[in-house]
Amino acid sequence: MLRALKLEPEKCTGCLQCEMACSYENEGVFNPAKSRIKVFTFHQEGRFAPYTCTQCEEAWCLHSCPVEAIVINAETGAKEVLDNVCVGCKVCTIACPFGTVNYNQDSGKVMKCDLCGGDPWCAKACPTGAITYVDVDSTGLDRMRAWAQQSPAGPATHVEPRPKEIATYNRAQ
Amino acid sequence: MAWTGNVLRVDLTSGKIASEPLNREWARDYLGQRGLATKYLYEEIDPTIDALSPANKLIMTTGPLTGTMAATGGRYSVVTKSPLTGAVACSNSGGFIGAEMKMAGWDMIIFEGKSPQPVYLYVENENAELMPADDLWGASVWETDERLHAKHQDPLIRIACVGRAAEQGCLYASVVNDLHRAAGRSGVGTVMAAKNLKALVCRGTKGVGNLKDPMRFFQATEQGKKVLAENAVTGQGLPKFGTQVLMNVINEVGAMPTRNMREVQFEGAHKISAEAMHEPRSDGTPNLHTNAACFACTIACGRISTIEKGHFTIENKPKYWGASGGLEYEAAWALGSDTGVDDLETLTYVNFLCNEDGIDPISFGATVAAAMELYERGVITQEDTGGIDLRFGSAEALARATELTARGEGFGKILGLGSLRLCEKYGHPELSMTVKGQEFPAYDPRGIQGMGLAYATANRGACHLRAYTVASEILGIPEKTDPLVTEGKAELVKAFQDATAAVDSSGLCVFTTFAWGMEDIAPQVDAACEGDWSAEKMLEVGERVWNLERDFNLKAGLTMADDTLPHRLLEEGANTGPAEGRVNDLQQMLPRYYEIRGWTQDGELSDDTRRRLRV
Repeated sequence: MLRALKLEPEKCTGCLQCEMACSYENEGVFNPAKSRIKVFTFHQEGRFAPYTCTQCEEAWCLHSCPVEAIVINAETGAKEVLDNVCVGCKVCTIACPFGTVNYNQDSGKVMKCDLCGGDPWCAKACPTGAITYVDVDSTGLDRMRAWAQQSPAGPATHVEPRPKEIATYNRAQ
Repeated sequence: MAWTGNVLRVDLTSGKIASEPLNREWARDYLGQRGLATKYLYEEIDPTIDALSPANKLIMTTGPLTGTMAATGGRYSVVTKSPLTGAVACSNSGGFIGAEMKMAGWDMIIFEGKSPQPVYLYVENENAELMPADDLWGASVWETDERLHAKHQDPLIRIACVGRAAEQGCLYASVVNDLHRAAGRSGVGTVMAAKNLKALVCRGTKGVGNLKDPMRFFQATEQGKKVLAENAVTGQGLPKFGTQVLMNVINEVGAMPTRNMREVQFEGAHKISAEAMHEPRSDGTPNLHTNAACFACTIACGRISTIEKGHFTIENKPKYWGASGGLEYEAAWALGSDTGVDDLETLTYVNFLCNEDGIDPISFGATVAAAMELYERGVITQEDTGGIDLRFGSAEALARATELTARGEGFGKILGLGSLRLCEKYGHPELSMTVKGQEFPAYDPRGIQGMGLAYATANRGACHLRAYTVASEILGIPEKTDPLVTEGKAELVKAFQDATAAVDSSGLCVFTTFAWGMEDIAPQVDAACEGDWSAEKMLEVGERVWNLERDFNLKAGLTMADDTLPHRLLEEGANTGPAEGRVNDLQQMLPRYYEIRGWTQDGELSDDTRRRLRV
């Protein structure tokens, strides 16, 4: 089963455990500045949002690389940077619409999420379940369930039709 | 290891900045942060100096676990001599600045002297530079943060700075980092401003590594996180309710200091409690917007709140319409119960102002409470207050007093002196609820006897974070003791003081100790740090730190006469609740405490104690 990182900003507290796990796994130090996953804080809105590569199927970074340094890991679906091939030209950083591949001035190469070979440390480190590693075909399952719960059919215990709630639901749509 | 091994020394007088190696020998005895910085201060300054003179030093310091994945490993402290108490000051803060300092490669930054002009320190890894801050002088913390981010064009810099209160000489000004976390107590911000130092701006990209045994570190920290997650307080209570979880609990046991500690229960507690922060308001939203974590914290007790739309405090003031740091228990108590104000929205506004301009809400709230008592007694009038009708319970008066104190204007300038100097000024020192000149936190020691001893002997003046015996006496952590009994409390206070000093020296947050014992903490330190860090060794470090702080204070001129409580708590019985009629029986505990501390009857370190602890 192919899996994907599922990010749920509403569960994030901004603790940066994910950034430390990521940087330690990849660089051997705790260093948010070198993390492939980033948590953004929107202070005035009181919101935190983790963000990283979604592993596009038709990956812009991969297609734009002039030396074919970005390859697909068939097992995980991750687009991985081959450090020994990358020349640090940064074209991929321009091509990526999401900004999730970045240059690392210490190594002279680009870095991006590689799903830690199928065992992403960020997901393991997240204390609130804001980052999970789930079936790639079902990342929307929880959200679907939440909407389904509000659907007019309602819980099974409702034997009487409830026209008022149906009207509310329709308006919300 | 785990330490970066580098200290940045900044001579503000000459503008000279130098790097020096960390004193490893001291680190073995004092670990880091609170302990190690206190050792530096103890060795480098004359304790009798004027705290606001250039001879004082200000140390921003991290612990060995700061900047690591250990849960809550993001703490830093500001250590200096306090202008409020004349004693040693050590104020601890979370947020992100401590970890950023560490990522930049520094265990501590020592500021010396006084800059001829306002400056701020910009640190980017090994590059450190003093930059002019003339244009930032007179700006609030929030404004300073915004302008520095704009100037450096770098969204990832972290900032710790002082606001207008510190510049204006408010004696309990804090150093605020990341907009709403603060090294809050004892006036450490006042010292920073007296040095003409507006801010520390930091960006670190080097990371923290070099652990003694990485695999063991991951196992130990993983296990620690599990314990925190499974504990009712750190896993559920604190994330959901924050420290405010205590409001109703403490009120019920009759230990909620109310109206300048005249009473011990507040009838409005339920209106300003954690539960109230969850209640929907007229606009449908609750006061609490979300919880938030400091760096590496898996508890996330931080509160992010909004003020109700249209509330009188924020009319035509859009800068307060967004979310920001909400009420912690101490702030809610000091600003609310102690002043008799039960309007949650006003308290949130006042808390925003405390962050915006860097004042300690505990000392400020308690000072307002003392002023309110003076006002009600007719000792001060509207002539003194500049027209403020400073009655207990007046939300308008509290809001106005805060605005003035934050900016150091009018009567706010006098409130900025703190409760003791205020009460002395008007001839009623007995109405000041302080120890060593520092205002009490939110636990009445008549209803929690051990806290009386903890307050009286706390090295930085009245403080709940030096020995939180509330944990044992009320919450039953690690085991329940009777809050109304004095027997055994000397031992309890000493144990909490030593353990807390060790935790404060590690880079971890003391809130972990609701769930963690030293046997949970020591393995994390031991896996990271060179040397042998057993639980016993950690407690020995804690005891050493405590004695060193004590010795600093004695050298600064404090004596056993300062180990006391205000008359009100020793002579006037609690008026209601389970502790009705009780006073704090300090004298039943203090001699025993000196004895088990290995101090003389005069509260001085005995020669044996000095030798044993190498102080």
